[in-house]
Amino acid sequence: MNLLNISGSPHVHSDESTKKIMWRVNMALIPTLLVAIAYFGISALLISLISVLSCMLFQWLIEKYILKVPSTVCDGSAIVTGLLLAFNVPATASMLWIVVIGALVAIGIGKMAFGGLGKNPFNPALVGRVFLLISFPVQMTTWPDISKVQFFGLDTVTGPTPLGMLKERGAEALDNLPEVWDMFLGQVGGSFGEVSALAILLGTAFLLWKKVITWHIPVAFIGTAAIFSCILWLVNPVHVEAVDGVNQLVGYIDPLTTILSGGIMLGACFMATDMVTSPMAKSGQLIFGVGCGLLTVIIRTWGAYPEGVSFAILLMNSVTPLINRWCKPQRFAC
Amino acid sequence: MKTFKMGGVHPEENKISNDAAIEVIPVPSQMVVLMNQHLGAPATPIVQKGDKVKVGQLIGEAQAFMCANVHSPVSGTVAKVEPCKDAFGLAKPAVYINVEGDEWMETIDRTPDIKRECTLEPKQIVDKLKEMGIVGLGGATFPAHIKYNVPEGKKAEYLIINAAECEPYLTSDYRVMMEHAEEVCIGVSILRKALGVPNAYIGIEMNKPQAIAKMQETAKQFEGIVIEPLKVKYPQGAEKQLINAVTGRKVPSGKLPIDVGCVVSNLGTSFAVYEAIQKNKPLIENILTVTGKKLPSQHNCLVRIGTTYNDIIKHTIGELPATTGKVISGGTMMGKAVVNLDAPTVKGNSSVLVMDENEARRNPETACIRCGKCMHACPMGLEPYMFSALVKNNRIEEAKEHNILDCIECGCCFFSCPANKPLTDEIRLGKNKVRAMMAAKK
Repeated sequence: MNLLNISGSPHVHSDESTKKIMWRVNMALIPTLLVAIAYFGISALLISLISVLSCMLFQWLIEKYILKVPSTVCDGSAIVTGLLLAFNVPATASMLWIVVIGALVAIGIGKMAFGGLGKNPFNPALVGRVFLLISFPVQMTTWPDISKVQFFGLDTVTGPTPLGMLKERGAEALDNLPEVWDMFLGQVGGSFGEVSALAILLGTAFLLWKKVITWHIPVAFIGTAAIFSCILWLVNPVHVEAVDGVNQLVGYIDPLTTILSGGIMLGACFMATDMVTSPMAKSGQLIFGVGCGLLTVIIRTWGAYPEGVSFAILLMNSVTPLINRWCKPQRFAC
Repeated sequence: MKTFKMGGVHPEENKISNDAAIEVIPVPSQMVVLMNQHLGAPATPIVQKGDKVKVGQLIGEAQAFMCANVHSPVSGTVAKVEPCKDAFGLAKPAVYINVEGDEWMETIDRTPDIKRECTLEPKQIVDKLKEMGIVGLGGATFPAHIKYNVPEGKKAEYLIINAAECEPYLTSDYRVMMEHAEEVCIGVSILRKALGVPNAYIGIEMNKPQAIAKMQETAKQFEGIVIEPLKVKYPQGAEKQLINAVTGRKVPSGKLPIDVGCVVSNLGTSFAVYEAIQKNKPLIENILTVTGKKLPSQHNCLVRIGTTYNDIIKHTIGELPATTGKVISGGTMMGKAVVNLDAPTVKGNSSVLVMDENEARRNPETACIRCGKCMHACPMGLEPYMFSALVKNNRIEEAKEHNILDCIECGCCFFSCPANKPLTDEIRLGKNKVRAMMAAKK
């Protein structure tokens, strides 16, 4: 007979693994990917593929030639980063090469520079996205007009996003704002992972069911954004007013438009819930979510950018270690 | 349904030996009786080479405070008194006996009659528990006469009997409930009398509906025995968690159950108490589960304490399958891997659990992704991931400040870790380092 194995207890394991978690996140992103392909055509698929493949390639190269460690490409985390990065860019032809640069920054600087999976303080996909937003401001804010997209065409007619229109403060913006229902289903312009709240909620439901994430961060994030914008809206609802003889938009948009436009849904459900960069205790997750929601609305309302989700999450990522320090689990009998 | 409030996991139950009735394993031809079968100091051998002993005769006397008597489980001649390696490879003082026949002490009542009346006073009960060498059979083997001798200034309000059997695979308590429900209830009544508490609560997990029904029916004939069905959640049977589940009370860090008015005993102990008090039978027999997914048959068996693992295996499943990877004494969550199958079993052993090569293997460790699953699984509200980092970096002082000593080593953190980090191992190491540090400071 063989020698017996000796080890400390426990002698069984739940069979949970990082790989399984990452693949569940990838599964949860599929509805959003399908919606993006349906609305933006083949370009969405191409950009996603290029983004995912370049993330995997960069991770493999860095692990093999710079860090000289066994490759962890198979754990699926690079695919999550690649998909999320792709979901954060507009579906235009120039993105086919720009996204490769984003992937390099996301994986190289956002993740591997800190030592790889689990050690990065910031969400890698958002690092890549913000880098692109600052480096390629025109390309990153040129959105395809969803009503004029041809499925196999790469060059599309461009159109504005609801948040972009509002930022311009043109009087006509109010009439051109999409219906709430359309924003929920996805009939609006935007980065292609941001268009359909329904698809994101489907994926989130899957993650909640599989216990990959808990409700705390998404609910705190979206809830705070809704409540905060609701207060602003109640004080001064958006309306057209003549300022110096020119009709302009004045006031704040309603909470439903706030949470359904831009990247709040994608950010709250998939980016802010990233385990590595969010707090561990439930109480800490609530604080994190509330902070993200507040910062998003503040940046959107008073900042220079029409959208603030990426910045909000990155800012909260930076205080996650502090939150972890304050928010301890409730100890037994204390 | 009652349960503890914080953390916990639900491993695969695998109670595959549930329906195997308790069978008696033959007495081996040579017996090694360890003197250290309980928490505390070893008993002092009071026999010498050549002495004749009978079944149930005192051979190791408890001379220290934290100690328990050890009795001979066989009759025969003492061959030698010298250390023997136990199941985990550590040398322990022991008495070797060449078995001759099976002659029991005359004082022991071996009739099958069930004796209900107990006229002993509480003090006499505790003394008799000491005389009979009764220890807790839940795993910690805490001497019963110390536990039931409530210190002055403290008052017991609850007696809780742990029949949760929350560990996967183990079924010995279940079989005792199914086959000896009445004796168990008498034992519980005696313990209740010893403590002078109005009610005893027997906590049983809901995955044993037949045992709950059987115990509820039997308990009707007794005063002050309440059956408490508990949710199936590990570690329901851990002392602090069980108290929390049954009474809602919480034993503070570093305190004992009696500090919140509770005394907890294992179900197996209450059966041993019945035999000791009513039948004058010292703790010389054990009920063990012999189980494993790949075994040809499943067993629950009554063995003389001291029968070796190999003898038990020989008389139940014949031999270990060729693909055996690990043999565990206890359950899969807190049991210990056996090093030496020639070692004698001791008081408090509950199983011989045979794991296949594939089951016995750990998955490769990957990077921590800070998911917090270890923290949410911890029934003590601790942060295992942090202990792991602190211990690795030898930051023992900080580990102590974060209450590493509160860890009950239930294994929930390692069980739920997606990165397969051996958190429980690291915490165990850390606890030892903290204790060493505290000892050095004194």
